[in-house]
Amino acid sequence: MKKKYFSIFASFLVIAGMLSACSVEEETEVEEEEEFEAQTLTVEDMEYYTRFKDAGISINVYNWGEYISTGADEGTLNVNAEFTALTGIKVNYTNYATNEELYAKLKGGGATYDIIIPSDYMISKMIKENLIQKLDFGNIPNFKYIMENYRNQDYDPLNEYSVPYTWGTVGIIYDTTMIDMNEEDIDWDLLWNEDYADQILMFDNPRDAFAIAEIMCGYSLNTESEKELKEAAEKLKEQKSIVQGYVMDEIFDKMGAGEALIAPYYAGDALTIMDENEDLNFVVPKSGTNLFIDAMCIPTCAKQKEAAEMYINFMCEPDIAFSNIDYICYSTPHSAAFEMLDEETQNDPISYPDAELIASKSEVFVNLSDEANKLMQDLWTEMKSAEDENTNTLFVPVFLLVCIGIIIFVLVRRHIKNKKDIF
Amino acid sequence: MKLKAFSAPYLVWMIVFIVVPLLMVVYFAFTTDNGEFTLEYISDVGQYANIFMRSIWLAIIATIICLVVAYPLSYMLSRMSKHTQSTMLMIVMLPMWMNFLLRTYAWMTLLGNNGIINQLLGMIGLGPFKLINTEGAVVLGMVYNYLPFMILPLYSVMVKIDKSVIEAANDLGCNSFHTMFRVIFPLSLPGVTSGITMVFVPAISTFIISRMLGGGSNLLIGDLIEMQFLGNSYNPHLGAAISMVLMVIILVIMTVMNQFSPDDQVLI
Repeated sequence: MKKKYFSIFASFLVIAGMLSACSVEEETEVEEEEEFEAQTLTVEDMEYYTRFKDAGISINVYNWGEYISTGADEGTLNVNAEFTALTGIKVNYTNYATNEELYAKLKGGGATYDIIIPSDYMISKMIKENLIQKLDFGNIPNFKYIMENYRNQDYDPLNEYSVPYTWGTVGIIYDTTMIDMNEEDIDWDLLWNEDYADQILMFDNPRDAFAIAEIMCGYSLNTESEKELKEAAEKLKEQKSIVQGYVMDEIFDKMGAGEALIAPYYAGDALTIMDENEDLNFVVPKSGTNLFIDAMCIPTCAKQKEAAEMYINFMCEPDIAFSNIDYICYSTPHSAAFEMLDEETQNDPISYPDAELIASKSEVFVNLSDEANKLMQDLWTEMKSAEDENTNTLFVPVFLLVCIGIIIFVLVRRHIKNKKDIF
Repeated sequence: MKLKAFSAPYLVWMIVFIVVPLLMVVYFAFTTDNGEFTLEYISDVGQYANIFMRSIWLAIIATIICLVVAYPLSYMLSRMSKHTQSTMLMIVMLPMWMNFLLRTYAWMTLLGNNGIINQLLGMIGLGPFKLINTEGAVVLGMVYNYLPFMILPLYSVMVKIDKSVIEAANDLGCNSFHTMFRVIFPLSLPGVTSGITMVFVPAISTFIISRMLGGGSNLLIGDLIEMQFLGNSYNPHLGAAISMVLMVIILVIMTVMNQFSPDDQVLI
């Protein structure tokens, strides 16, 4: 009996907890709205944004996680709410974690999105497969703010499909307490340094991992030559024995907790970890790097193209672009937003490395041919699944034989037993 | 007749969410992008033989460990008083109330190089040992996550073994060793086979355990399939082919298992 009372009491507790959580949520929502009315956003062309004011339109925005200013911190804008207030267009905002996930969603059909923000190589792949459509730049006057050197990149040579949103570089994040080296001396070969065996993390994504090997071999990041790809795979195989683990987002936790000493990482995220763990430092190696650009696009399946273009234009409003970049810590291709950053950030070698290095030593991914992609994937799987010495190659055939043997044995025994029963 | 009508919604459910997807897997495995018939993808699966071997091997080890740990535990459970039984069962089930990912994630902090286990060992002057990112860690993750699936079927069979059967065996001169192997074990066989199935099948197809505890260098079949859909080269056909081969392997192994259980308790 006692037990019964206890469980009733426990369930009450749980329900009470849920209710209080709900009410807290409601409160914060109300707060947001109040705060939000207080803000005055200046846009150049008010009339442009009010075209769909009462049409009851909604758009589906599909973006990376943590990739827009949400107004959670004090003094920042809630970009999506601002957009709805200004234009009357409702924003359905959802997240994805990888370019490939986005691609699989669009390719599979069924889902409709009006705005997506893929990275460079994925944009060129989507252009090729007709998954995204040309933009009407007449509707995006704010494109004028996008800096010249981030336009017309190789993935979209005439810049017809995409409006750059953020960019960044890949570099090495390392623990300064254990690795005593000058910043100038740090290069990609640190990831191959046997002194730090088992303290090295590596990208768990063939494209990014191959890029590092390709830089070290002196090849283009977009090489499709079989010989060069194989050589890069050899390089990665050499590294395998000293790699602690192949990870992506876990780099964040593992480096932050001091689980590993060295890892390749993206500049923007590196800044966030360095805030948490002061021993870490980030360097963009001199021998070259991958420059990545994430840009806003409109899928072919979009239902509200004009409203989507309005959203893109809104994201390029100086105030909005600034609060986004301030929130996500990546680098901005937006000239006015860049001007609004404080001087320290503008000169930060991590977010805004030397322009010369970017111009001469960095390369943007473009999509590889299907054959090259497949080759890379195969080499990657082969590298990762390469067995150590103690292989049990005979295991599965022997195992299957044993299984079949047991089946036959049992069947024969049963047969004999049945015969005995008859007599 | 009326009872049959009640099962109709479930029938529809089964067709829409089990039969049709299975047929689609088969269709994808045997066709190209243009819908032409091909055996290319099935034969491509051959090159991943070593990954298949590793998955089967690790899953077998995990299953055996689960069985060895769970069998005595379930037996003790089934011989306890009713009240203690329900408390103990709840303790067994307790970890399952938590999210699967969270439980595996916790092992990452426990096993890490600066993790809790290594820190404790460090205090008495041992280590640090390389615990995470090894095959052992993957097996540990499997055993930890799937142990309740072994305990529950074993327990539910053993609790039905009548006490008088064991007493009779003792009266007729069986020592405790003989009672165990000639009376209790044969009677618990259905529980053993269904427990093995319930641990082996999820263990062989898991991908997140090897991702989190294996450090990405202990690829399993599950990782391989995931890579075909969310990896760099989007190839649902190869992914479907690998899944199909995996299903066939599981089917073969389950057929072997069924040879051991009484005829009326066949699982598949």
